[in-house]
Amino acid sequence: MQLIQWLSKPWPWYVAGPLIGLFVPALLIMGNKNFGISSSLRHVCAAFVPARIPFFQYNWKKEIWNLFFVSGIVIGAFIAASIFNNPQPVDVSPALVQSLKANGIHHFSGLMPADLFSWQNLFTVKGFFFIIVGGFMVGFGTRYAGGCTSGHSIMGLANLQFASLVATCCFMIGGFIMANLILPFILRL
Amino acid sequence: MQATKKKQAILIETNTDFEVRSLDTACVNDSQLSHPWWYNFKYLVAGVLFGVILVKSEVVSWFRIQEMFRLQSFRMYGIIGSAVVVGAISVWLIKRFNVKTIYGESINLHPKKFNKGQVFGGLIFGLGWAITGACPGPLFAQIGAGFTVVIITLASAIAGTWVYGKFRQRLPH
Repeated sequence: MQLIQWLSKPWPWYVAGPLIGLFVPALLIMGNKNFGISSSLRHVCAAFVPARIPFFQYNWKKEIWNLFFVSGIVIGAFIAASIFNNPQPVDVSPALVQSLKANGIHHFSGLMPADLFSWQNLFTVKGFFFIIVGGFMVGFGTRYAGGCTSGHSIMGLANLQFASLVATCCFMIGGFIMANLILPFILRL
Repeated sequence: MQATKKKQAILIETNTDFEVRSLDTACVNDSQLSHPWWYNFKYLVAGVLFGVILVKSEVVSWFRIQEMFRLQSFRMYGIIGSAVVVGAISVWLIKRFNVKTIYGESINLHPKKFNKGQVFGGLIFGLGWAITGACPGPLFAQIGAGFTVVIITLASAIAGTWVYGKFRQRLPH
C-alpha cells in the first residue's frame, strides 16, 4: 500500500526524464526500433485509408510494433490514472493559474481543464478549436516535420542530428507563439 | 570475412523501403528479421510502462505544457533535457561497444536529412502542441487517463496526417 502511495505522487523531473530517455536504447535493443510515436498516425492511414496515395503505400505490417507500443500507452495511462491516481490538482505555477483564471479557466482539478476538453464542449467554437483544429495541426505538422517530440526531440537529438535540432527549435517557437500570443485571445472567445 | 560483412551491410541499407524512409527517418523498424506477430507484445509492455511514466511525470497535462511555453516552470525542460542526455549517452554506448539487439542483429541508426519540412511542419506542430497540450504520445495517454474526448483530437490528428500525405507533392520540402 505504501508503495502505491509513493508511486501515486507526481514523479520528479529527474526521475521521469531519464526513464523516458531509456526508451531509446530499450527499443533499439529489443529489436532495432527507432523511438518515435507520430509514425503510428501514418500507419493507421496506411492500414485503413491509403486511398492510393504514394505516401501511404508501404508495408505497414512491418511497422505494426509501433501500434502495439501506442496501444500500450493507452493501457499504461489508464493504470496510472486509476491505480496510481494523484488526487491533488497538478501543482502548476501560481502565475499560470492566475492568468488562466482571468481567461475563463476554472477547473484545475485534473490533468486537463474540463472547461475546454469535454464532450459538451466539442460543438462549441472553443471546443472546435482546442479539440479538432489543434489535433489536425499536431497530425499534419508532425508528419510534415518528419517526427514529433519523441522522434526528433528525443531520438533525433540523442543521435545528434542537426535536422532534429532545427525541428525541435521550430516546435518550441510555434508553441511560444501560440501559448503567449494567440491562446489568450481564443480563451476569451 | 570483414569485407563480406560490409557488403552485406550495404545490401541491407539499399534494401530499405524507400517510401517509408523518404523525408521521414523517425520511428522506423530497422529489423530485417521477420517474427510471428505476437513477438510484438513486448512493445505493448514497453508502451504500458511508457504510458505510466507519461502520466506520472505529468507531461500529458495541458497545464504543464502551458507552463513550459510561458517559461513559468523548469519541470518540462528538466524532463526533456534529461531524457535527451540519457538517450545520447545510450546511443553513444551502443555505437562505441557495437551493442547488438536481443536477436543478435547490429543496431542501425540513420541520419535524418534536413529539409524545409522540419521548419514549416515544426512550426505547425508547435502551434498545435500548445493548443492541445499534447504531442502524439500524450494524445494516447490522455485518452487512457480518462479524457475520452481526446479520441476526437486523435482522429483529427490522423486526418491531418492523411491530408499531409495527400498534398505532400505540392508542399515545399
